[in-house]
Amino acid sequence: MRAAFAILALLYAGLALAIDSEPPFADPALQARYEQLTHEFRCLVCQDETVADSNAELAADFRRQIHGMVEAGRSEAEIRQYMVSRYGNFVLYKPPVRGSTALLWAGPFILLLLALTVVARVVRRRASAEEGSS
Amino acid sequence: MKKLAQYTPFILPGLVLLFLIGLFARGLFLDPSKVESPLIGKPAPAFSLPELKQPDKRLDQGLFQGQVTLLNVWGAWCVACHEEHPVLVELAARKLLPIYGLDYHDDPQAALAMLEKDGDPYTAVLFDASGDVAIDWGVYGAPESFLVDKHGMIRDKYIGPITPEIIETRLVPMLKQLQAEP
Repeated sequence: MRAAFAILALLYAGLALAIDSEPPFADPALQARYEQLTHEFRCLVCQDETVADSNAELAADFRRQIHGMVEAGRSEAEIRQYMVSRYGNFVLYKPPVRGSTALLWAGPFILLLLALTVVARVVRRRASAEEGSS
Repeated sequence: MKKLAQYTPFILPGLVLLFLIGLFARGLFLDPSKVESPLIGKPAPAFSLPELKQPDKRLDQGLFQGQVTLLNVWGAWCVACHEEHPVLVELAARKLLPIYGLDYHDDPQAALAMLEKDGDPYTAVLFDASGDVAIDWGVYGAPESFLVDKHGMIRDKYIGPITPEIIETRLVPMLKQLQAEP
């Protein structure tokens, strides 16, 4: 049983490694930049996966492009600009903070604040009601 | 008056609920597979690609000059493209505008066989073996089609198979407008 699990784990590990077919950079700094960038972009076919994690052909194309641009010495900002100018902000896995995305970023905090206010009011009312009755 | 005061604690949660219902209802009818292209209103990206049927001939973005053109991105490997194909053949027969193909990530033999068997709606087909030009055009699936004006500006993009409805309600009206432009 344990052996079976070990084999399975190995198989999955192999699968995870098999996704990226780009040759690693000799320079670890470039390799880190490449890996960081592939985790930053969305695969537009699968939509819920990053370019680094996706098996889709489009993601492989994106990786090849990003690899080429890192190799050519393009900066992260330039590569980000290249992707956004073709695919829009949606290609960024983490949406940028903007007017149009403000609600997305602030929403959870607004809801939390609202909930806390309601709770505080209920607690206060109960406390004063208890005081009144005793 | 007292009755109204009784309901005040429900007003805020009610409004929040209504807002959320509206938000979710909108989300329900949005199609996440259709990502708006930032290239609309921008010049067609530059390229130089061989023609599928005459590989020693190369074509570039100059082909968009002086006429309103439809660029259809396809591949013989793409199931939805086969579905779309007869609609394009029919559109080509009407001679409203030239249709150029961008065949990407494809086996040229398979692409030629498909045109041979199902009809060829294309004035010419650009062959993009690596898919690099497709990325330049912001293509993320196939089929996708771009309406390019006389000055080589991208004016509209259709994601997914073009249907007779899209042709009548969107493409033809827009085409008339673009052809009337100086």
